[in-house]
Amino acid sequence: MTRPASPLEGLSQTCAHLLQALPEDVISAEIVRGELIATVKRASIVTAVNFLRDDTVCQFTQLIDICGVDYPERAERFEVVYHMLSMKKNTRIRLKVTVGEDTPVPSLTGIFPSADWLEREVWDMYGVYFSGHPDLRRILTDYGFEGHPLRKDFPLTGYVEVRYDEDQKRVIYEPVKLTQDFRSFDFLSPWEGIQRLLPGDEKTAPPPKPGGA
Amino acid sequence: MIATLAPETEIENYTLNFGPQHPAAHGVLRLVLEMDGEVIDRVDPHIGLLHRGTEKLIEYKTYLQAIPYFDRLDYVSPMNQEQAFAIAVEKLLGIEPPPRAKYIRILFAELTRVLNHIMNIASYAMDVGAMTPFLWTFEEREKIMAFYDDVCGARMHANYIRPGGVALDLPAGLTERISDWADKFPKVIDDLETLLTENRIFKQRTVDIGTVSEAEALAWGFTGPNLRASGVPWDLRKSQPYDGYDQIEFDIPVGKHGDCYDRYLVRVLEMRESVRIIRQCLEKMPSGPVKVNDRKITAPPRAEMKSSMEALIHHFKLYTEGFKVPAGEVYAATEAPKGEFSVYLVSDGTNRPYRCRIRAPGFLHLAGMDAMLRGHMLADVPAVLGSIDIVFGEVDR
Repeated sequence: MTRPASPLEGLSQTCAHLLQALPEDVISAEIVRGELIATVKRASIVTAVNFLRDDTVCQFTQLIDICGVDYPERAERFEVVYHMLSMKKNTRIRLKVTVGEDTPVPSLTGIFPSADWLEREVWDMYGVYFSGHPDLRRILTDYGFEGHPLRKDFPLTGYVEVRYDEDQKRVIYEPVKLTQDFRSFDFLSPWEGIQRLLPGDEKTAPPPKPGGA
Repeated sequence: MIATLAPETEIENYTLNFGPQHPAAHGVLRLVLEMDGEVIDRVDPHIGLLHRGTEKLIEYKTYLQAIPYFDRLDYVSPMNQEQAFAIAVEKLLGIEPPPRAKYIRILFAELTRVLNHIMNIASYAMDVGAMTPFLWTFEEREKIMAFYDDVCGARMHANYIRPGGVALDLPAGLTERISDWADKFPKVIDDLETLLTENRIFKQRTVDIGTVSEAEALAWGFTGPNLRASGVPWDLRKSQPYDGYDQIEFDIPVGKHGDCYDRYLVRVLEMRESVRIIRQCLEKMPSGPVKVNDRKITAPPRAEMKSSMEALIHHFKLYTEGFKVPAGEVYAATEAPKGEFSVYLVSDGTNRPYRCRIRAPGFLHLAGMDAMLRGHMLADVPAVLGSIDIVFGEVDR
């Protein structure tokens, strides 16, 4: 195997190889801003990661990160994003899997032990369930915490606050009481300048563009 | 005769709580240890006691307001983390900081690496029974924090490395002071080594303790000094250079055994390399601007705002609305003192990040605790914990 001339060339090699080897499992693979991004079918994530780790062209021997992203407007609202690193080839790959609230994602704990805590964190933060995970407990939030804080519909302030109660001699949980309403400043709108469209303007047809269409 | 023997008793495993408030836990860590007598059967770290929801908070802040959160993640090495975020934003914006800014970034990234490593070695040595390094190195830490103070006005939470460059140029005389310090610092490392490297007690506590093989280190997602101590020559500063590390000559120390002692040695050697990098930065640093000349991204200088209306408007807009970042996603990884610290940034084209995932190296190092500690004695817990360099600000985020 000859060394690729540039990192980008190595990436496009890997990209083409991946599409060729796993046509059934990979939905799309492209290089954006010098980063290889592949969307994989949810059921095929274990196959894909196994392949990427063991294949001689890829050799992504390290699972660097797993994280979730929430897009509430989509039908399958969560994206689980995997980052893998190949030290041999000096390249990275980002795998994406989409998932809804009720469907599980196959766990990678059988391939990479590092997936254990990373998947626990995604479960804790987004409520994405990983099937086959040996010990899917919450990891970062409090014991007995309810909800999944990184979801977009979870309020920034949360629902409960804790304090030490002098009478009961223990820490108690209470609903959040804000002395001032939570303010989320939207600085975007005032600075857009005057909208050139005045009321009623939409009735006049826009001027035809030169060159048609 | 048989009747006089004591009845046979079954000895069961028992669980032991280590922390959450334990001086050797380096913050707030609760370890639930399953013990078979003095031997550890299973370790279950309970983390999250310092969870502040940084990733959630950043989604509600502009890009400029997000930087101070990065200082507060791993509060022992603030600037390296700002650098990762700044690089991520720069990649999305498609800008590159001017050469002087890059050298200042490397200079302070390496100062921070020293800051982190002396803190780690000292507290680690104290965990296994040596008091003196702790007292000696904290003096050095103060000196480096004075450089932080000179450059940004804060000893720790710098908020100095910004998208597009750095906040301000170096004040007059600082390079001489850093150069002076870099002359004297190798002596401090020598002194530190005379206390620890061949110290019998220190070696008894660390050699062959918490051994991690190369394959294990890769599988557990170890990065940084912990990975290199296991014999993997991998450093992002060399392999995927950012901010002009490719212009600088330095070596990557690599361990052989992957035990606690090798992790210590790798850090000591890394400090020596850092001093080398700092020297080169001071020599090579060009003059010129320290941030990109784009008023839509970086603020104008104070003096200009006194006379220019446009500069005043730019300043006002930058510090209220902030700059907008084109939609897209990017992954920026840097070699922080503890390992690969990276930011996965998703932008929807507004002035706030849609998602800012922070990949903290310590999170996965701590996840490997169970595998590292099985079959070890209880007294090895602080040794292993100290050697993998855990700071809870970044583990819990």
